[in-house]
Amino acid sequence: MSGLATVVRSGVGRRRVQTVVIALSAFLAVTAAVLAGSLLAASKAPFERSFAAQNGAHLSALFDGGRVTGAQAAATAHAAGVAESAGPFAVVTQTPRLPGGMGLPPLTIAGRDRPGAGVDRVTIVQGRWPSAPGEIAVVDGPGLGDELTFADLPGSPAFTVVGRVRSASSSADAWVVPSAIPSLTSPGSVPGRQMLYRLTAATTTAEIDSERSVVAAMVPAGSLLGSQSWLTLKQAADRNSALFVPFLVAFGLLGVVMAILSVGGVVSGAVGAATLRIGVLKAIGFTPAQVVRAYLGQALIPAGIGIVLGAVVGSVLAVPLLKQTEDVYESSGSGVAPWVGLVVVAVAVAVVAGTAWLAALRAGRLRTADALAIGRAPVAGRGRRAAALSGRLPLPRPVTLGLAQPFARPGRLTAMVATVVFGAASVALAVGLAGTLGLIETARTHDTAPVSVDAFGAGGRFGPGGQVAGPGERSAGQNAGTGTGAAGQNAGAGTGSTGQTAGPGTGPGGQPGSGSAGKQADPLAGGGPSAAKVESVIDAQPGTKASYGMVEAPATLAGVTGEVDVVGYSADPRWAGFEMTEGRWFAGPGEAVAPTPLLTAAGAKIGDTVIATVGGHRIPLRIVGELFSTRNQGMQLFTDLSTLSAAIPDVTPSEYRVAVAPGIDLDAYVNKLNTALQPLGLGAMRNPASHSDVLLALDTLTLFLTVMLVAVAALGILNAVVLQTRERVRELGVHKAIGMTPRQAVTVVLSSVVLVGVVGGVAGVPAGVALHRVLMPAMGASAGIRLPRALLEVYHPWLLLLLAAGGLVIAVVGALLPAGWAARLRTATALRTE
Amino acid sequence: MPVIEVHGVTRRYGEGPPALGDLTLTVEPGEAVAILGPSGSGKSTLLNLIAALDRPDSGTVTVAGVSLDRIGEAAAARYRRAHIGMIFQFFNLLDDLSVAENVVLPARLAGMGRAEAARRAATLLEALGIDRHASAYPGRLSGGERQRVAVARALMNEPTVLLADEPTGALDSASGQEVRRLLTDLNREGQTLVLVTHDESLAAQCASRTVRLMDGLIESDVTVGADR
Repeated sequence: MSGLATVVRSGVGRRRVQTVVIALSAFLAVTAAVLAGSLLAASKAPFERSFAAQNGAHLSALFDGGRVTGAQAAATAHAAGVAESAGPFAVVTQTPRLPGGMGLPPLTIAGRDRPGAGVDRVTIVQGRWPSAPGEIAVVDGPGLGDELTFADLPGSPAFTVVGRVRSASSSADAWVVPSAIPSLTSPGSVPGRQMLYRLTAATTTAEIDSERSVVAAMVPAGSLLGSQSWLTLKQAADRNSALFVPFLVAFGLLGVVMAILSVGGVVSGAVGAATLRIGVLKAIGFTPAQVVRAYLGQALIPAGIGIVLGAVVGSVLAVPLLKQTEDVYESSGSGVAPWVGLVVVAVAVAVVAGTAWLAALRAGRLRTADALAIGRAPVAGRGRRAAALSGRLPLPRPVTLGLAQPFARPGRLTAMVATVVFGAASVALAVGLAGTLGLIETARTHDTAPVSVDAFGAGGRFGPGGQVAGPGERSAGQNAGTGTGAAGQNAGAGTGSTGQTAGPGTGPGGQPGSGSAGKQADPLAGGGPSAAKVESVIDAQPGTKASYGMVEAPATLAGVTGEVDVVGYSADPRWAGFEMTEGRWFAGPGEAVAPTPLLTAAGAKIGDTVIATVGGHRIPLRIVGELFSTRNQGMQLFTDLSTLSAAIPDVTPSEYRVAVAPGIDLDAYVNKLNTALQPLGLGAMRNPASHSDVLLALDTLTLFLTVMLVAVAALGILNAVVLQTRERVRELGVHKAIGMTPRQAVTVVLSSVVLVGVVGGVAGVPAGVALHRVLMPAMGASAGIRLPRALLEVYHPWLLLLLAAGGLVIAVVGALLPAGWAARLRTATALRTE
Repeated sequence: MPVIEVHGVTRRYGEGPPALGDLTLTVEPGEAVAILGPSGSGKSTLLNLIAALDRPDSGTVTVAGVSLDRIGEAAAARYRRAHIGMIFQFFNLLDDLSVAENVVLPARLAGMGRAEAARRAATLLEALGIDRHASAYPGRLSGGERQRVAVARALMNEPTVLLADEPTGALDSASGQEVRRLLTDLNREGQTLVLVTHDESLAAQCASRTVRLMDGLIESDVTVGADR
C-alpha cells in the first residue's frame, strides 16, 4: 500500500468516531435532501402531473340512458376533435348508509370492470378494484372493509368497500363491477351513460365548449344531461394546492440547505481539527497535493457510504411521504422521481469533496511550522478571557470549565451556533406552520360543525329510509368545499325520469359524492320547513350548543363573469370557523361579507355596494367585511337570511349546522335528533367536512421533516463536541488525575454546549417566526387570497420560550455521546495522548 | 563543502523584534552541532528554516545544495524526504498508524518498495530495541519508546541531516539518556546532526560544536570536544 493509501486507510479505519459521524451526517443529510427534493418535485404542478399520469378526461359527458343507446353513446367517440375515449359506463346516483344507520351523502357510482380504461386511469390508493358484485371502490369517506347499504333500493343491496381510489378527472365518487349496476338502479329508471374524452384541443374553455356542442349534436336533443371540463377541476385544484406549495417548498429548501450545511460542517470540522496531523505529514514528506488527496479520501469514503445509503433510504421513505403529499394535493402518480436521488447524490458528493478539498487545501498551504504550532497549541491565547470570566461565575467548577471551552475555537463555535440556529428555526417554523395551517384549514372551509342537518340526513326525505327522489328532482349533495365539477357543468334542466344525478364530481375538498349538482335543484323554491321551526327542534335537543341554517343560492354579480353563490344564514355562524381578513361581520339585512377573490373580480372594497341577481331578484349588498374563504374558489357572498327573504319571501335554509356541548356522545345525539327532525322531512348526520385528512397529511409531513432536520442539527453538534473533546483529552486526563469524577467530566462536556444551545435557540426561534411571517402571506398570495392576521398569531409567549429551550435540547442531545466517552475515558490513556 | 549554509537570514513574526536577525551559519558534513539558548532565542526557528518547515524573510538557506529560501511547499516536502530526518520534542507520531507503519511512511512516500521499506524499518526498529512493538500503536508506548520510533522514522531515508528539536524535552532521565546515546552513536557513524536544546548537558554529550543564540543572533560559536 502506498504511503498515501496507508494514511487514508488508517484515517478512516482508526478514527472510528469521526468516520461514523461523517457517514451518519451524510446519510441523514442525503435522506433529508432526497425527501425534500421529492417534495419539491411533487409540488410542481401536482394536478397536471396527476392528470397526465392518469390520462385524464378533458371532457366527461353523461347521457340520458333512457334516450341514448349504448351504441349512440359509443359513437360520440368518433366526434371530430376527440383523440381518445372511454365508455360508455353505466352511472347511477344513490345514497348509502353505514352500519348503524348513519347516512352518507349521495354517491355517483359508475360501473367499470377495471381502473385503467385508457382514459381516466383511476389510481388505487388503498386496497384493490372491485372484482365481484357486492364490492365497491370509493374516492373518499368510508374506509376499507366498511359496508355500504342502499336501503332505499329493493333488497337493500350491501357493498363492501374494497378499495380507495383517486380520479383526477373526478369522473365518479365510486365504482362497482358493471354487473352490479342493475342492483343499484332504482325501479323504473335507467342508468345514465358516461363517456370520457381526451381531446385534440383542450387548453381553453372555448375549445372544451365547442367539443361539448359537437358531442351533444350526435345524440338526441336534450339527452346530454351534464358534462364536466378538466379546466374547472384544474382551476380548483391549483387554487387548493397553491395554498400549500410554498409550505412544502420552504421545507424542501430548508432540508436541502441543512443537508449542505451539516455535511459541509462535519467534513470541514474534521479536516480543520487535523492541523497537527497535517503538519506532521508534511514534515515527513507529504506534499500539499498529497495532503489534500489524503483528506479527500478520508472524507469521501465514509461520506460515500452514507450518501449511497441515504439515497436508498430516502427514496424508500419518500413513498409514504409522497402519499401524504398526494392527500394534500389530492393528486396521484407522485412516484419518487429517480432524478431527485441522482441530483442529491451528485450534490452531496460535490459538497463533501468541495469542503474537504477547501479545508485540506487551507491546511496544506500553511507553512509546516505553522501547522505544527497551531495543531499543537490550538487554544493558545484564545478563549483565555472567556475562561477567566467563566471562572468568576458562582457556579460549580466543572460547569465554568465547560462554559469557556467553545471559545478556544471561534470558527467551530460559530458553526455550532449556526447549526443550532437552523435546527431551532426549523422547529419554530414547523410549529408555526402546523398551527397556522390548522387554522387555515378550519377557516377556509369554515365548516367545523360536527353535525349537519338537511334532507339527505338519515331521516330526511332524501336520505336512507326517506322518500326516494321523484321525477324532475335532482338529488343534491352536501356543499362541496372549494369547488367541484359542478362549476363546470352545463347541467341539463331536470334529469329525466330517474332522479339520477346530473353528473359526477368530487371536489378538492374531498367531500364524497358532493360534486354533481352540488346544489339543490332550486334552493329558492321554498317548501321546506321554516328556519324558526327547525331551529326550535334543534335547540330543544339536549346537548345542542349552537346552530345555524344556511341556504346557498346561485347568483350573478354585475361585472363578474360566471356564477357566484350568495349564502344566507339564519343565525350567527362565526363559531364554525369563519375568520375575517378585514372589516366586520354583517350586522343586519343588506350587509354582506365576501372573500378576496370575489372582491378582486368585482373590483369592490369594503364600503362598496354590489348588486347580486338572485333568482331574477336584484339584491343590493353593502360589503362590510373581507372574509377568508376558498369555497367555490372564493366566489361567494355571505349575508343574513333576512336579506334574501326580503326579496324572495319563500326562501328557507336548505341545510343546518349544529354544535354540541363537550362530552356529548355524538352518535347518540345524531340518532335522537334524527328522530325529532323526521316529521319535518329532515335528517341529521355527522358532518364529514369537520374532519380534514389534509390537515392530518400536513401535520405528518411537518413532523417527519422537522424530526429529520433536528436530527441533522444534533449530529452537527455531536461532531463538533467530539472534535472538541478529543482535542482536550490530555487536559481531561489531567483533570481526572487531580480528582475530577466521571460525572463531573460529563458536566464539563454538557456545559460546553449550554451557551451554544441558548444563543442558538434565542437566535433561531425569531428566525423561524420571521420565516413563518414571510411564508404564510406568500402562501395566501400564491392562491390569490389574503390571510387574516388571526391565522398568523400562533406563537404564544410560553410557546416561544419552549421553542427557544429547544435549541438547548438540540445542543445537549448532540453532546450526550461525547460526554459519555469523556466520563469513561481512562486517565492514563488520556495523559499519554499527544 | 558545507552541508548547511545559512547566510544573513532574518525571520520576523509580527511587529516585535525578529526571531532571527541577519544570522549566518554553516555546518560541515558529519558535524554534530548543538543550538543552545533560552526560550525565544530563535533556536526552533533556525531549525525550521533548515528543515524547510518555514521560509526566511530575507537571506539564503542552502542544505545539501538545495536552496530553501524561496522553495514551494511541494518542493520542500520532497526535499525533506530526500535530505532531512526530523525528531520532535513531542514525537509527532501518527497515532492511527502502527509503529511499523509510522516508520516506513517517509520511505514509501519517497517511492521505496513495500518489501524493501519493511526490511529497512525492521532493521532500524531492532537496532533501536523496539522491534517487539512493531505492530503496537503509539498510544501504548512510553515516552522513550515513542521517541525511539520517531528516531527510526527519521532515519528511514538515510537523511543527509538529522534535525532534533529538544529530543529529550518530554522524557524522563533514563529515557533521555537512551536517546542521547542514540544520537551520539549516529553521529559517530557519520550522521550530520543539528540539535536544538536548552539542556547544556545534552549539548555537551552529543555535540562537538555549540552555537549559542540570544535574541535571534549568534552569541557564540564554539567547537568543543564532545563528552561521549
